[in-house]
Amino acid sequence: MSFHRISLTINGELEQADISANMTLMDLLRDTLIFTGTKNGCAAGECGACTVLFNGEPINSCLVLAVECDGTEITTVEGLGRDSQLDPIQEAIMDAGGVQCGFCTPGILISARALLDRNPNPSVSEIKAALVGNLCRCTGYLRIIESIQEAARM
Amino acid sequence: MNAYPKLPEFDYVRPESYQEACQFLVSHAGEARPFIGGTDLFVQMRDRLYKPKYLVDIKGLDGTDKISFDPSHGLTIGAGVNMNRVIADPDVTRHYHVLAEAAESVASYQLRSRATIVGNICNASPAGDTIGACLLMDGVLNVFGENGERQEALSTFFLGPGKTTLKTGDIVSSIAFPLPHQGTQGRYIKLGRNQLSDLSIVGVTAVGYPDTSLQSGYQFKLALASVAPIPLVVDQVGEILGREAVSEESLRHAAEAAMEACTPIDDVRGSAQYRKYMVRNLSYRALKEVWVKLIDNVN
Repeated sequence: MSFHRISLTINGELEQADISANMTLMDLLRDTLIFTGTKNGCAAGECGACTVLFNGEPINSCLVLAVECDGTEITTVEGLGRDSQLDPIQEAIMDAGGVQCGFCTPGILISARALLDRNPNPSVSEIKAALVGNLCRCTGYLRIIESIQEAARM
Repeated sequence: MNAYPKLPEFDYVRPESYQEACQFLVSHAGEARPFIGGTDLFVQMRDRLYKPKYLVDIKGLDGTDKISFDPSHGLTIGAGVNMNRVIADPDVTRHYHVLAEAAESVASYQLRSRATIVGNICNASPAGDTIGACLLMDGVLNVFGENGERQEALSTFFLGPGKTTLKTGDIVSSIAFPLPHQGTQGRYIKLGRNQLSDLSIVGVTAVGYPDTSLQSGYQFKLALASVAPIPLVVDQVGEILGREAVSEESLRHAAEAAMEACTPIDDVRGSAQYRKYMVRNLSYRALKEVWVKLIDNVN
């Protein structure tokens, strides 16, 4: 198996890593760099718990090889807030009670941030379409949708 | 402990040129495979259905990240252009709207950040959502192979589930579409187990445009997903709706012909009989919607 040295920017910090070809971005984040906010739910691109921003676009980090991330900018849930200031979507999801077990929350926050970046005033149907790839088995989604609407107003 | 196994071991190769990529694939025949987004491939590898020794990443090759429209020649979509870019492209939404509509039905936003039209085609799943639109918009693949560049029409490209006319060493660099016929309208209707994101139980792509050489004055085309070993174009639909004035009756007749033409199987997502009925109902609906758009466009 081939091994590679990559450098990439994660949450604004330059990181270097020596990785094997079969390592996914999710493996790199969780197991090597210990950004465990990114969750491993299905490892098949279905559940969205591992969603991170890849050069500003949301992707399933379980379906991207780490070696493909050389030179890219990655944002994980740990990078959404700055210092002690939370991202508005983080504030809103807490206020609205959009978190129960919390496993899907990091992926939802990333998808929501990406949605608000490309569409600052999404309709309910646009929010639902943006969250198709983020499964939540607790909340029934209503409060998640409300929190994205609230974040759009903030 | 991880809930799922990691990917099996392989070598990652990122060639600098088409020649280099092609030579590598030929000299490692049976062991190497080109990839773009990997959204389907990595899942198969994780489940140990497929264990290539080498993965050849073609995303860096010249032109693969470009999408371009030329008003006299048409649209070219590079192999590495992800579906979200296709959906958001103003020339695609204006001239090839049914392709954007079909792409938008694929999985989720974050999956479409990696998934590509060319990948969807080369994967050759009978369920591929964008393949019908590519077939009906007369897509042609630009292929680099051992004997240099060539073009492959999509109409003869599919041989079976996962099987195409591509040979060892072939790399699809882009898909090209001619300018659509004046006044073209289209519709993709997908039936999944849920409203959004699932694989299709049945997918129906319908396209129509004015054509004065036909008795009815309109050319219609219909393609079906998930109901045959390959993406199926139903030629009878165009014949039926071309030879007599388009009416409620002829639309239903065409939809019946689509039902007769398909050969679905029973699987976890639906029975063969259910799929047949859905082909009839959704073909009628898609053709009718295209018909209404065509009339609205004239008036």
